[in-house]
Amino acid sequence: MKPERSVKGHPVIELDNVAYNYGGGELLSEVSLKLQPGSFHFLTGPSGSGKTTLLKLCYGALFPTAGQVRLFDQDVMGLDRDGIADMRRRVGVVHQDCQFLDHLSVNDNIALPLMVAGYDLLAEAANLKELTSWVGLQHRAKALPPELSGGERQRAALARAVIMSPDVVLADEPTGNIDWEMSQRLMTLLLELNRMGKTIMIATHDLALIRSVKTQVQARVLRISNRRLQLAGADL
Amino acid sequence: MSRLSDILEFAIGDAQADRVVPPTGFTATLTWFAAAAMAFLAVFALALSLAAGRLADRWGSELALSSTIRISAPAGQLEEQTEAVLNILGTTRGVASSRAMTDEEQQALLEPWFGPDLPVGSLPIPRLIDVVETPEGFDAAGLRLRLAAEAPGAVLDDHTRWRRPLVQAADRLRGLGWLSMLLICAATAAMITLAANAALSANSQVIRVLRLVGARDSYIAQAFERRFTIRAVLGGALGAVLGMLAMWLMPSAQPTGGFLTGLGFQGWHWIIPLFIPLIAGLVAFVATRLAARRTLKDMA
Repeated sequence: MKPERSVKGHPVIELDNVAYNYGGGELLSEVSLKLQPGSFHFLTGPSGSGKTTLLKLCYGALFPTAGQVRLFDQDVMGLDRDGIADMRRRVGVVHQDCQFLDHLSVNDNIALPLMVAGYDLLAEAANLKELTSWVGLQHRAKALPPELSGGERQRAALARAVIMSPDVVLADEPTGNIDWEMSQRLMTLLLELNRMGKTIMIATHDLALIRSVKTQVQARVLRISNRRLQLAGADL
Repeated sequence: MSRLSDILEFAIGDAQADRVVPPTGFTATLTWFAAAAMAFLAVFALALSLAAGRLADRWGSELALSSTIRISAPAGQLEEQTEAVLNILGTTRGVASSRAMTDEEQQALLEPWFGPDLPVGSLPIPRLIDVVETPEGFDAAGLRLRLAAEAPGAVLDDHTRWRRPLVQAADRLRGLGWLSMLLICAATAAMITLAANAALSANSQVIRVLRLVGARDSYIAQAFERRFTIRAVLGGALGAVLGMLAMWLMPSAQPTGGFLTGLGFQGWHWIIPLFIPLIAGLVAFVATRLAARRTLKDMA
């Protein structure tokens, strides 16, 4: 089954009363969430509260033990493996540890989604160059991932996440390993993507970062507490 | 046509896709070595099977319609009994032709054991009569009775006693040759499956990243399938060439050498081992595909 394009105005990601069990216990319970196109969300909560799990549910890397997850108006449980793979091309994911192929250059890692989707890299060379410049890595294009600094790795991961022009970008602790200045630079790129109409959700426990971004964009802050998802209070 | 283009596309490959899996590792050496060793053994199994088949055919068809009559008689009676036996054979239903072997022919038959220049004439060697049967054959029991009455020194040997077990043995040898081929294919598949599983496990992080960016299972599997298939074809080609070289260096078939010197390829049979690398590639392709699909499903 192939994923269909989302209907304009419909949530790009929707979780309805979702639960997820892990290791015999319930990690998430009664989680409901709608990410509207072009919205900006922060997901916060203590370590081990289930932020990464919730993000994985949002891009089909995990399946709920109860409830329903809909990506672009499609129930993920109704998708076959190819359908899930095709869906992931519409969701850019940035991990804290970036997850690169260390034997490929930065350029090739950024172009990886194009490769697996069967695009001709020569035809996409100009776009690739533009994107590499956008994240400020044009001078590091030939380097291998282990040669990059933490900030450079995160920017390369962001470039890879957006090269297929996804509808949604999900970032899991993208600033966890980088300094404040680099965090701000990364957030500027994410805000720019949001202004381009992309839906953004960032999982982070860095409240200062959330406060700094909230001054620039209307962002919803969600908190996982006691296995449930809540809208964060006025303190944020 | 589309199947052919699929095969060509697979053989030529996708240079971009080939780069996503790191190229090195012990699995590359293992696949090469296993394919080469198995192809080398497959050449011998094939040669054994073909030689056994030739032998079975010859014993089964050529000797099936022939018999020999041996006449042991004192020197004075030998010619007389030979004449009597030929007369009997001439009137026996089921005998297509018969003739007494010449001294030179008998000498040639004994040469492997006694060497050349054997003075056949001075030795009390029985006279041999070569009998060719019609497809219907003759009544061996009746013929023996007539021979006993008119040529007491004549003994009919219709080859049945020794031919049947030999044909059976040759047939079984041929079967064992083909069974060996199947076992070699199975062993190759098992080794390549192990190598593919090891490669897939070693590259689990690569697979995770590929999945993260939207790679389908078929894309990931193909990166491994193509790599293992090419290694198996090249290893198989090396093993097959070495095996064929070894067969070519074996002594050529001689009547005195019997079965062993006939163990090789004859005529167009030399073409058959050239298919071994392709079979190795096919086995590797199927083994890797099954291993990859299973592993990728388990890694979900």
